[in-house]
Amino acid sequence: MTAASPLIRLAGITRTYGAGAAAFQALNGIDLEIDEGEFVAVMGPSGSGKSTVMNILGCLDSPTAGSYTFQGAHVESMTRDQRALLRRHFLGFVFQGFNLLSRTTALENVELPLIYRGEPATSRHAAARAALQQVGLAGWEDHAPNELSGGQQQRVAIARAIVTDPKVLLADEPTGNLDTHNSCEIMELISGLNRDRGITVLMVTHEPDMAAYARRVVRFKDGRVDSDHRQEERA
Amino acid sequence: MLWNTLLLAMRAIRRNLMRSFLTILGVVIGVAAVITMVTLGNGATRSVSAQIASMGSNLLMVRPGQRFGPGSEAAPNFKLADVEAVRSQIGAAVAVAPVVSSAVTAVNQSRNWSTVVTGSSNDYFSAGNWELTAGRSFSESEERAGKAVCVIGNTVRDKLFGQQSAVGAEIRIKQFACEVIGQLKSKGQSAMGSDQDDIVVMPLRTVQRRLSGSQDVNMIMVSAGSGASIDSIKAELERLLRERRKIGDNEEDNFRVMDTRQIAETLTGTTRILTMLLGAVAAVSLLVGGIGIMNIMLVSVTERTREIGIRLAIGALEREVLLQFLIEAVVLSSLGGVIGIALAAAASVVLSGVMNIAYVFDPSINLISFLFSAAIGVVFGYFPARRAAQLDPIEALRHE
Repeated sequence: MTAASPLIRLAGITRTYGAGAAAFQALNGIDLEIDEGEFVAVMGPSGSGKSTVMNILGCLDSPTAGSYTFQGAHVESMTRDQRALLRRHFLGFVFQGFNLLSRTTALENVELPLIYRGEPATSRHAAARAALQQVGLAGWEDHAPNELSGGQQQRVAIARAIVTDPKVLLADEPTGNLDTHNSCEIMELISGLNRDRGITVLMVTHEPDMAAYARRVVRFKDGRVDSDHRQEERA
Repeated sequence: MLWNTLLLAMRAIRRNLMRSFLTILGVVIGVAAVITMVTLGNGATRSVSAQIASMGSNLLMVRPGQRFGPGSEAAPNFKLADVEAVRSQIGAAVAVAPVVSSAVTAVNQSRNWSTVVTGSSNDYFSAGNWELTAGRSFSESEERAGKAVCVIGNTVRDKLFGQQSAVGAEIRIKQFACEVIGQLKSKGQSAMGSDQDDIVVMPLRTVQRRLSGSQDVNMIMVSAGSGASIDSIKAELERLLRERRKIGDNEEDNFRVMDTRQIAETLTGTTRILTMLLGAVAAVSLLVGGIGIMNIMLVSVTERTREIGIRLAIGALEREVLLQFLIEAVVLSSLGGVIGIALAAAASVVLSGVMNIAYVFDPSINLISFLFSAAIGVVFGYFPARRAAQLDPIEALRHE
């Protein structure tokens, strides 16, 4: 891998749901390059394919055609297990619906990715506590998701995403279920991770206020990239 | 990987205590029901066989009359001469005992007890496998003279004398006093459920003279030696009695020869059917338990599918997720199986005590029902998970 090559490159990505006459083309040939350390907001109306491209980038979904290169490796020709290992070691996810394990404490939720990595118990606990502290939830380790507010749950989800020290953080409408106050705090947290730890951030949002935190905004329309421009990060 | 997966499985069991409990309960009910039913059935069969053995082995009982029930003509009773003929002409018979029965009330001072007096000879004791615990059997002169002496069973002694020895004492039966010369060892319930120890035995002549008032003999008991063929003795008996009772070639017998083997076959056949019936009922409980497990697992499929989606999204391999679910299912099912076996053992011991039958531990039914329930638990815990783990993570996450 040379310094000039991007971290992520999508070339001619299409994604079709269903088959025959009922087939629906969610992505219609996407070309996109993302460099290490970028903070990209993906915007667009509903059905424009922004979430679909996010799922493909996160290896949660497979493209129908096209090529996806991550650090020079061809993801589209990887096996299921190889893609799982890619998620395990390089990617962190934050979902609109949080997707925490119910009836499981914050600490155990954050620990989960480390268990799959085979970290020993002591370093696992320490790392999970540190991640919870970083998202401002020190003291909430033993609370289950139903004992936490929406903002707090999303913080647990962010802690779970960053506890493995990922290269890329993928956030699909992370503030979609939150009020303005909590949304701003979550966005501060995410942009801090990008600024201070150099984590590449890709975020889907439909709120311009949230997109303002990013330094690059990619707009989708009808399964294609409509516009792509860089902006000054909000102070 | 195994250790970590075990940790995850244990956490999942702890998180879903209610679901885990219900799964275990399903297995417990299935396993416990089947094992208990079959164990009790086997115990009943064993007890019946033991009771049949206590009646005396290789025993033939000859009664007048053709068959049970109404419509059968009154057939003439046997006489003592018939008994003597059987004794002298059937060489393979070890003991031949006449039997006359009469229902009476026996009295000892203020206590009384309704029982049946059997008039017979000393051969009755050897034919019926009776042993004496105290006293003696009849002397030849007592039998010949029809003396008022008797040998009593354990129940009669118990009711009339309590725990005291009865030998040497006198009991009143109707108008005469009768000396107790011996006590019989307890045999317990008969295969038909009657109390074999509720018995008073007197010399045949005593009963004929003082109680029945006739020379008739109600039944002839013939004990064949252990080596002798029951069938040939039976054939000889029938030929001899047909001749003595002057039955023509085209007429049916007016007496019946029953042997204990026949009774044993009938009764064990009955208990075997009962055991099968119990087993079938228990199999239904096992099935219901299995359906319970199925329900719980299917109801939780949506939640579990989302959980699998989360695990896959944060980097779990398909086989790690599957191993976790397999361990969960195996742990819950085996735990339920072990509890079920323990419960069945406790229930079988208690119930066999209450029902007064033998407790017979049957390792194969324990193993089979354990494996069957465990298989249901594993299949319904594992296969929905397998389907979910094969989905793309995003599909599993979106599962509604």
